[in-house]
Amino acid sequence: MNALADVTVMKTAAETALANAYSEARARLPGGDAIAAQRAAAFDIFAKQGLPHRRVEDWKYTDLRALMRDAKPLANPPDAAAKARAGTAGSLLGDVECRRIVFVDGAFVPELSDTAALEAGLTVGSLAAALADGVSTLAEKLGKLAPASDVAVALNTALMGDGAVIRIGAGSTIERPLHLIFVASEKPAASFVRSLVVVERGARVMLIESHEGPAGSDYQVNAALELFVGDGAHVDHVKIIGEGAEALHVSTLAAAIGAKARFNTFTFTIGGAVVRNQLFLNFDGEDTVAGIRGATLIKGRQHADTTLVANHIARNCQSREVFKSVLDDEAHGVFQGRIIVKPGAQQTDAKMMTRALLLSERAEADNKPELEIFADDVQCGHGATAGALDRELKFYLMARGIPAAEAEALLIQAFLGEAIEGIEHAGLREALMDSVSAWLRARA
Amino acid sequence: MSLLEIENLHAGIDGKEILKGLDLTVNAGEVHAIMGPNGSGKSTLAYVLAGKQNYAPTAGEVRFDGLNLFDMEPDERAARGLFLAFQYPLEIPGVATMTFLRTALNAQRKKRGEAELSTPEFLKKVRGLAKMLGVDQEMLRRAVNVGFSGGEKKRNEILQMALLEPRLAVLDETDSGLDIDALKIVADGVNRLRGPGRSFVVITHYQRLLNYIVPDLVHVLSKGRIVKTGGKELALELEARGYAEYQEEVAA
Repeated sequence: MNALADVTVMKTAAETALANAYSEARARLPGGDAIAAQRAAAFDIFAKQGLPHRRVEDWKYTDLRALMRDAKPLANPPDAAAKARAGTAGSLLGDVECRRIVFVDGAFVPELSDTAALEAGLTVGSLAAALADGVSTLAEKLGKLAPASDVAVALNTALMGDGAVIRIGAGSTIERPLHLIFVASEKPAASFVRSLVVVERGARVMLIESHEGPAGSDYQVNAALELFVGDGAHVDHVKIIGEGAEALHVSTLAAAIGAKARFNTFTFTIGGAVVRNQLFLNFDGEDTVAGIRGATLIKGRQHADTTLVANHIARNCQSREVFKSVLDDEAHGVFQGRIIVKPGAQQTDAKMMTRALLLSERAEADNKPELEIFADDVQCGHGATAGALDRELKFYLMARGIPAAEAEALLIQAFLGEAIEGIEHAGLREALMDSVSAWLRARA
Repeated sequence: MSLLEIENLHAGIDGKEILKGLDLTVNAGEVHAIMGPNGSGKSTLAYVLAGKQNYAPTAGEVRFDGLNLFDMEPDERAARGLFLAFQYPLEIPGVATMTFLRTALNAQRKKRGEAELSTPEFLKKVRGLAKMLGVDQEMLRRAVNVGFSGGEKKRNEILQMALLEPRLAVLDETDSGLDIDALKIVADGVNRLRGPGRSFVVITHYQRLLNYIVPDLVHVLSKGRIVKTGGKELALELEARGYAEYQEEVAA
């Protein structure tokens, strides 16, 4: 703990509002005594540290204390109108056939969700219900992966209201992707969702989470997902951050990955005024192969931060990290990626590449790749670039008759394609490329 | 009316003048060869015609099909029928060759008010041309020029030319880096496109290419100006005697 933390700092309006929200809501938040104690301990971390700001190294480029002018009240359960509007949510996925599991303002909505005729080995439930029922697996798993010292995670733990609780039984293959749809309603409010997904040994699943909401509302989302990937399991995770233009979105993926597993995660960031996307991944078992990728497309005054910690603990795992961002106008993109190789993680093969494409002279990209290597027989590398569109390539395209805007669009699609091609699901790849095209058309 | 009329063209890059009063007239259906030593301005001429950034004209006029060329963006010049085969074709990672060809063709057609080609029509056309030019179908599926050999890149340029059917094709040292077999294929591709409605400006350092693409006129470019014009025999003369006398002529 650094000395600054002990100095009494004046609380911001947002910090005060969050403290008030917690003291007002703590008695009615779901869960028994153990969970209440967990919430209290998490809140204590927030109370001591306050919102992270630029002097906190991990949040250097995303000064949440400055960016978060106020804290919205905790969302009320959605009314019929909000549910009706949420019926069409998740359309960014196009015609990818999924099992929809819908949350409005952070609350599970069974009537909008498809939880009938679940495949063998699949269980789907709501966190609020599980907490209320005192389901024992929750106590074993919840909060075990997300780093407790991170203030965004601490706030999520203190205030979590609902979320998905999913288990894929050992050896089960779930053919139909699961789509967790988080949608905000018109009224500006704050939702704290916490999901827990346990994929047991040898199971296979594709998990998509998408976040969206109305353009004209400055709502706030803090979403965390704890994901257990068992030995020999194959998990594809895709997160689409398509929040409304004024929204604040902070989300965390914390995963523990077993041995001989295949794990892919992809984040597509296109919406939101302020986005902080955190990934904390532990390679706990040997011989696992992972693809960790992302594409960010932002414009106007959007701010999007991807912060990754890939922690290689077990030996002989391979990870590929590819993050691409396209920044227009005065947008600000941040990538912080840290690969840690523990002393026991010999034969680790980890390569991280981050590239930012700046379409405007006023756009800003901050790249901070880090390697912390404590083993002596590893292959690790990282590369980072930031630059404008290649004028030579643009000229080549134009010399073939392709107008400037179309030439730029082709080059931008190609730039992002390298990351998006890492998604195994063809339909989803196409849906994301369509979304990129729509973004480019809106720009032209 | 002449297809291309260049009058007293002065142009350069980043303030350095390279073309110093160049005159050239190309009529419809003619093949002109431009030969000259390194640094004489051959590639600069090609880039100025195609509209590359930084290659700004400082004086003179260029009319293409009666219109001021410098009023047009590079894509408009292409749609009007100007094609540059690059000396060093660029690699475009992530853009499939087929997507590139189709986008280019349809963009030109659209600008000319013509209907876009349907997928089957387009595929048939490209496959036919690829076969004729010895371009592997597998190459068409790859990203533009990525992983192509020098010769494959040049053949890909000629494939683009054949597909886009320009009225004036400027070939910038298309022969450089080609072995004799590839050279024959490229020349054959050009010769098939020759006709009354189509003109060529063939820029080359060596006479060899002109054995296969026989020009109507040969120009010697030196220090930014055309210093001699003759028939196809001029190329043979240059091959035998080199450029030294022309460089001195201008210097004198």
